Amino acid sequence: MHLPHLIGIEGLDREQITTLLDTAEEMSHVQERELKKLPALRGRTIVNMFFEDSTRTKMSFDLAAKRLSADTMAFSGKGSSTSKGESLRDTMLTVAAMGVDGFVIRHSASGAPKLAMDWTGLPVVNAGDGMHEHPTQALLDAFAMRRRLGNLEGRHVAIVGDLFHSRVVRSNLICLRELGADVTLVAPATLLPTGVRDWPGAAGVTVTDDLDAVLPHVDALMMLRVQRERMSGGFFPSEADYVAGWGLTRERLRRLPDHAVVAHPGPMNRGLEIAPEAADAARSLILDQVAAGVSVRMAVLFHVFAGEGSRS
Amino acid sequence: MGERVVLGAPDVGRALRRMAHEIIEGNKGASGLVILGIPTRGVALAARLARLVSEVEGVDVPLGTLDITLYRDDLRRRPTRRMEPTRIPGDGIDDKVVVLVDDVLYSGRTVRAALDALGDIGRPRAVRLAVLVDRGHRDLPIRADHVGKNLPTSSSERVSVLLDEFDGTDEVRIAKEAR
Repeated sequence: MHLPHLIGIEGLDREQITTLLDTAEEMSHVQERELKKLPALRGRTIVNMFFEDSTRTKMSFDLAAKRLSADTMAFSGKGSSTSKGESLRDTMLTVAAMGVDGFVIRHSASGAPKLAMDWTGLPVVNAGDGMHEHPTQALLDAFAMRRRLGNLEGRHVAIVGDLFHSRVVRSNLICLRELGADVTLVAPATLLPTGVRDWPGAAGVTVTDDLDAVLPHVDALMMLRVQRERMSGGFFPSEADYVAGWGLTRERLRRLPDHAVVAHPGPMNRGLEIAPEAADAARSLILDQVAAGVSVRMAVLFHVFAGEGSRS
Repeated sequence: MGERVVLGAPDVGRALRRMAHEIIEGNKGASGLVILGIPTRGVALAARLARLVSEVEGVDVPLGTLDITLYRDDLRRRPTRRMEPTRIPGDGIDDKVVVLVDDVLYSGRTVRAALDALGDIGRPRAVRLAVLVDRGHRDLPIRADHVGKNLPTSSSERVSVLLDEFDGTDEVRIAKEAR
């Protein structure tokens, strides 16, 4: 299976997603070895273009590329030509002209990775663009849940919290639906994006503001981060109100089914959307998700950059 | 279709039994042996050889699989393939005698890739190669230690190995048509 790029989960079918997850499973075994390196991308140069801050995603992609023997370079928006006013197009064309093989791109504008791919003609992996998609996050969430729960077909996953500012939720919704899971979206009305029911994958998805009604019926609970830095718009009266309505508190943790798992894409606001007891519980997938991130990104980079059709 | 059977099920069984005995003889017993199958059909053959060696020697032989997908020298010339499992027995391969098992030895490129993959996992005392069919036409200086059947072929012919585990029968066929 060759992927020409990974701009989004949208457009991938179940078989492609499953192949990526299965490849990630093999990659995860490599990470248990003493020598954690594979030769698949030797001689390929991949540039991490992060126009928006993201420490963990950048580190995870960098490690994944290095484990596959790729050469990596990092570009960060701050202090670069971007801050001197260079356009995204000129920046991308300049780096492409150095003879690199492809890009991993994080940008605050939805659609930037797709544009960069069209301008440069080089393969691009989207590391999060605006409020559009964050495909590798969705894949690593699915990977971590699949490991704990088995097949996700017919499983019930609730995605809870700030759906408005989250790009993860779009990718997750498409990914989980494609894998056959039932999805419930839980959010205060103010943090529910308009038109959410028209999103790809949203057909048959339940939308509610009542977390307590959903709790006893879930196999997995995905808590989203309250993006305090974007909370100037008065989306909820106070943090205490948010916790009371939509926080995964100690009490709510007790009302989850015994087998149910808790996921969070990080970084967490402990005590806000997730109580420390929930974050550190045995049923918490949070560190599994971080480990899964490297394996999943190795799988994605392998399928995008290793085979015939990738530029060299 | 110009296809003929060169080994039937009894022939395959006899060849594997002989190879198992050769492996034991060459290693002076089963101690320190690790048998690794190369996916896909090498995995089934490795399991059979491990069982045969265990039966003769009365000890369990560590058995695993070694995927070579990421070590292939034609990785860039084809669409990426699905990775198959690599499962190394718990005690690893350091200072062991690893017997690599595959169904057909042809160009030798698969074995070259397998040797590279092994090198990333550990340092065996020795590596041996066991194949059910050696059809010649090597591209690399590689030879097998244990061969079920030497099969002189022309490179326009196609050799198919059918195994009970995958195909419901044990058979080696040779067909005239080019690939």
